Amino acid sequence: MKKVFERPRLLKPATFHFCPGCGHNILHRVIAEVLEESDFRERAIMIAPVGCAVLAYFYLDIDVTEAPHGRCTAVATGIKRAIPNSLVFTYQGDGDLASIGAGETLHAAGRGEKVTTIYVNNANYGMTGGQMAPTTMLNQVTTTCSAGRSAEREGYPLDMSKILASLPGVCYVERVALTSPANVQKFKKALRKAFQYQTEGLGFSLIEVLSTCPTNWKLTPVDSLKWIEEVMTKSYPPGVLVDRKANRGDSE
Amino acid sequence: MKSSANKVLLSGNHAVAEAAIRAGCHLYFGYPITPQNEIPEYMSEHLPKIKGGAFVQAESELAAINMVLGAAATGRRVMTTSSSPGISLMQEGISYLAALELPCVIANMVRGGPGLGNIATAQSDYFQSTRGGGHGDYRTITLAPCTVQEIYDLTQLGFYLADKYRGPVIIQGEGLLGQMVEPVELKEPDKKDLPPKDWALTGAKDRPGRMLRSLILEEGILEEHNWKLNRKYLEIEKKEKRFESFRMEDANLAVVAYGSVARIAKGAIKRVREEGLKVGMIRPISLWPFPGEAIRKAAEKVSQFLVIELSCGQMIEDVRLALAGKAEVNFYGRPGGGVIPNPAEFGRVISRNYYQKVRKAR
Repeated sequence: MKKVFERPRLLKPATFHFCPGCGHNILHRVIAEVLEESDFRERAIMIAPVGCAVLAYFYLDIDVTEAPHGRCTAVATGIKRAIPNSLVFTYQGDGDLASIGAGETLHAAGRGEKVTTIYVNNANYGMTGGQMAPTTMLNQVTTTCSAGRSAEREGYPLDMSKILASLPGVCYVERVALTSPANVQKFKKALRKAFQYQTEGLGFSLIEVLSTCPTNWKLTPVDSLKWIEEVMTKSYPPGVLVDRKANRGDSE
Repeated sequence: MKSSANKVLLSGNHAVAEAAIRAGCHLYFGYPITPQNEIPEYMSEHLPKIKGGAFVQAESELAAINMVLGAAATGRRVMTTSSSPGISLMQEGISYLAALELPCVIANMVRGGPGLGNIATAQSDYFQSTRGGGHGDYRTITLAPCTVQEIYDLTQLGFYLADKYRGPVIIQGEGLLGQMVEPVELKEPDKKDLPPKDWALTGAKDRPGRMLRSLILEEGILEEHNWKLNRKYLEIEKKEKRFESFRMEDANLAVVAYGSVARIAKGAIKRVREEGLKVGMIRPISLWPFPGEAIRKAAEKVSQFLVIELSCGQMIEDVRLALAGKAEVNFYGRPGGGVIPNPAEFGRVISRNYYQKVRKAR
């Protein structure tokens, strides 16, 4: 009998600690697949964030370092400058990337560091128990905006991908919603492309993934997927925000 | 850089940079702050010319120290430099570097504080450097030069010790020393007997993936990790204490001072010696590990100690701990940041102490 689906070799035989219905499981597997299907694995160095995904090194059989909260792209800069032909990627949540690490993210992107960021947006702080994040949408309820986020009281959410896409050092930004097998394939394709662009030295690349957090959203896994489709994508519409190589191709 | 024979004329700041480059540190990440800007400027000029060299002007000290963390994780030699307020910002990263056991050298050309303070020389960061500085149970080797030559030598030693013991090393420079220009012999660095960097992240080619982590949630494992770090610190305390003993052979009063202050005190001691006062000095070169035994041993002959610092009194605590009541400890200090004492001033203080304490006791 032909085997059509198996655990990627780079995914260690460990049990994920993630909650049922969480998107991290899928993202980890896809990363392992992309690295395995290319020759990237031998050059890959991953920077894990502070947050639910900090334990990435228990799951992926590649070189992984942890970074202080928010500092992933600064650490990535140090690694890439030390080993320019390595494949360096960060894996960060929205609190890590858009709040405490907004400065490091903006400047690494601004400098056009040849690294890739996987930006997992679930519109709240997952690990600490569902507090408001910079990406929490207006009217969304969290444990620190229990009446729902109001522009007046808590201010507006931040769309980092949109900001970063405007920078000349950024070669590629795409947003995907992790809601269906087809969309998982979209993420996989985007990741492959981002790694390819990094290898070609085109600049900073980022893939934002709208991902589920059923525990803190207080929704079932299935309803969480619906919530991404019906609510999150309205504030954070999926699609390619910038692709300088493709654009360059068009204009040529 | 002016060259004559094997010596060149360098400022303290340029000596930090040149020593680092010659020690094989071709990666530098930093953020401008006075009075140490000559270091990043020097690095930005020289490192891009070296194959594999890189200079990045970071957006903040916070980013700079984390770039250092990333570069150190690959096993390559790396450094950053700053001055007091910038070093405060780096403390988060230094704690992580200690936890992850990543080697690097950090030079602090200390200036006046607290807060923004000013840009003049000071010694008020002693506690911050020798007590860890950031959160958690860790220590950083802290080396305090008092000449430009020693800045050069200790910077190279810093890289050696960082690699040997896998951790951050602080060069406790001072604003004054950074600006001072003196002849320096450009020695070649020691690289003997360093352990292999079999932990470095270089891409998992023909080997399993490696991980660097400081988050330790498993029961009992964090305690084990901290005991392991502690054993390393105990070994450093045993092997890496450094100090200079000056005119202690017949001394009745021992001055304890480090860095630029020790150098000024040396001048003062020469003066009072001419007047017949038997005064010597112990100059800690490693502030951590602190050369406590040397001081305790001196107390077998000397009952009076005078600690002089360009602060309101920080190292004095280590002197008191070392002596454990075996001798009297007095203090003369002035907060830094605009104050540069001279040998005449220290001479007066030393004489007064000598006549009041030593002569009176006889």
